Amino acid sequence: MSSLMQETNARALSLGVPLSVQWDLTYRCNERCVHCYLDHEDHGEMTAAEIKGVLDQLAEAGVFFLTMSGGEVLLRKDFFDILEYARAMLFNVKLKTNGILIRERDAERIRSLGVQQVQISIYSHRPDVHDAITKVRGSLSRSLDAIRFLKSKGLKVTVANVLMRQNMRDYAGVKALAAELGVEVTIDPTITPKMDGDTSVLTLRIPPRTLGEVFHDERMVGDVTAFCAPPPGPDDSVLDGFPCSAGHTACYISPYGDVYPCVQFPLPCGNVRREKFLEIWRHSKALAEVRSIRVRDLSICPGCRHAGTCTRCPGLAYMEGNMRGPSSADCDKSFVRTGIPPATMLPGASAPSGLLQIRNRGADGRGAPRAAGERARRSPRRPRS
Amino acid sequence: MSSVYVAPSSEIAARRLGDEMVIMSVRDSTLFSLNEVATLIWQAADGSTPLHEIVQRTVCAAFDVDPSVALEDAERFVRELVRHGILSLSDRPITRVPATRPEGV
Repeated sequence: MSSLMQETNARALSLGVPLSVQWDLTYRCNERCVHCYLDHEDHGEMTAAEIKGVLDQLAEAGVFFLTMSGGEVLLRKDFFDILEYARAMLFNVKLKTNGILIRERDAERIRSLGVQQVQISIYSHRPDVHDAITKVRGSLSRSLDAIRFLKSKGLKVTVANVLMRQNMRDYAGVKALAAELGVEVTIDPTITPKMDGDTSVLTLRIPPRTLGEVFHDERMVGDVTAFCAPPPGPDDSVLDGFPCSAGHTACYISPYGDVYPCVQFPLPCGNVRREKFLEIWRHSKALAEVRSIRVRDLSICPGCRHAGTCTRCPGLAYMEGNMRGPSSADCDKSFVRTGIPPATMLPGASAPSGLLQIRNRGADGRGAPRAAGERARRSPRRPRS
Repeated sequence: MSSVYVAPSSEIAARRLGDEMVIMSVRDSTLFSLNEVATLIWQAADGSTPLHEIVQRTVCAAFDVDPSVALEDAERFVRELVRHGILSLSDRPITRVPATRPEGV
């Protein structure tokens, strides 16, 4: 990250400005990826008029980076209308898409509207592996066509490669393919529970041994010695710091207007259909709680040697039952990366409790998205579903 | 250069952050941060007001500064942003100005 970017983030933090927002405009999708955490039914997406009204509010709040995602965001028939409005508001727009619907003319429109970056998911360089994950025959070919169209128009494209058991041996092939296409690649082994609480997808996580191989492959991480170096113990600057930017300078909005600290942190903070965005951002009790947490306030991590270098995710920790607790997948990553057991693996450490369950909110407001644990606290007689 | 007209390019993203402006070129992802004075000029760059008038109306009105020095600084600033494709420059009024709304806090 450039020093100017760091300064901008620090300035946004001191001013209480939500510098970055990811907005999933739909959960509908034209792929059915085996690891996806979303429910693809439309429970009452916000209309273009509603979205434009909230974009006005986001600009007023100081949002600069706007990631438009889904589901497959190009499935919205009004997508270009919304994109054009967002760019007229001078947002720095990044698109996350599978690219299936992007033909040459669409690439030209995306470029002419001044999108800064397009991220396309590629799971494997092998069609049979990629298409088996998306469950759409020919999807790799179409996604690669989209990358070529976008590149030919001069757009910055990145490939997102989510690693799971099905494609865990293909990351080097994807990286080589990305190099051939002239695009950057990011590799992410994070698999999260489904929004309905179904944790079966977690079995798709790549085993620690294979993750260790990725972390010790210099083609992927560069300087292996530095990347896998034993961590220094956390000092006061780490312990006094925030766990991550979620809720501090960043947040997430669902297709139904629900606001969360992050796409991976389903803690309900409010809904922009009922309240102004800035009211939520400034006065949400849930966000205030997230912002109150420093690393030294966490339940186990302050005593962990990895605290200063760990990729701990507060959202994953929340889904494991405690936003102040560890996110166990990141404990595993720290261990396989360095060989040094994190505090959660030491004798006497307690395992995280069960995963929470998230529900979608429909346009009628029913089915409010709450963690099941929270619902159980509010309605103790109702069983967890 | 003082009787020139300036307007934001359509190839940028911009937002006011406190008393500064954050701008990014969407072509090459270069990030800029404009200070308070530069932000005043940027916000007044509407394509129809000559640069010398912008400097007079904004910078000279807000700060105790010699107008010729302020204009010289403004011209240097404009040249730099034009070089990065952040501002458009013309010796005539610019009619195709993007609907810029760099609000923010």
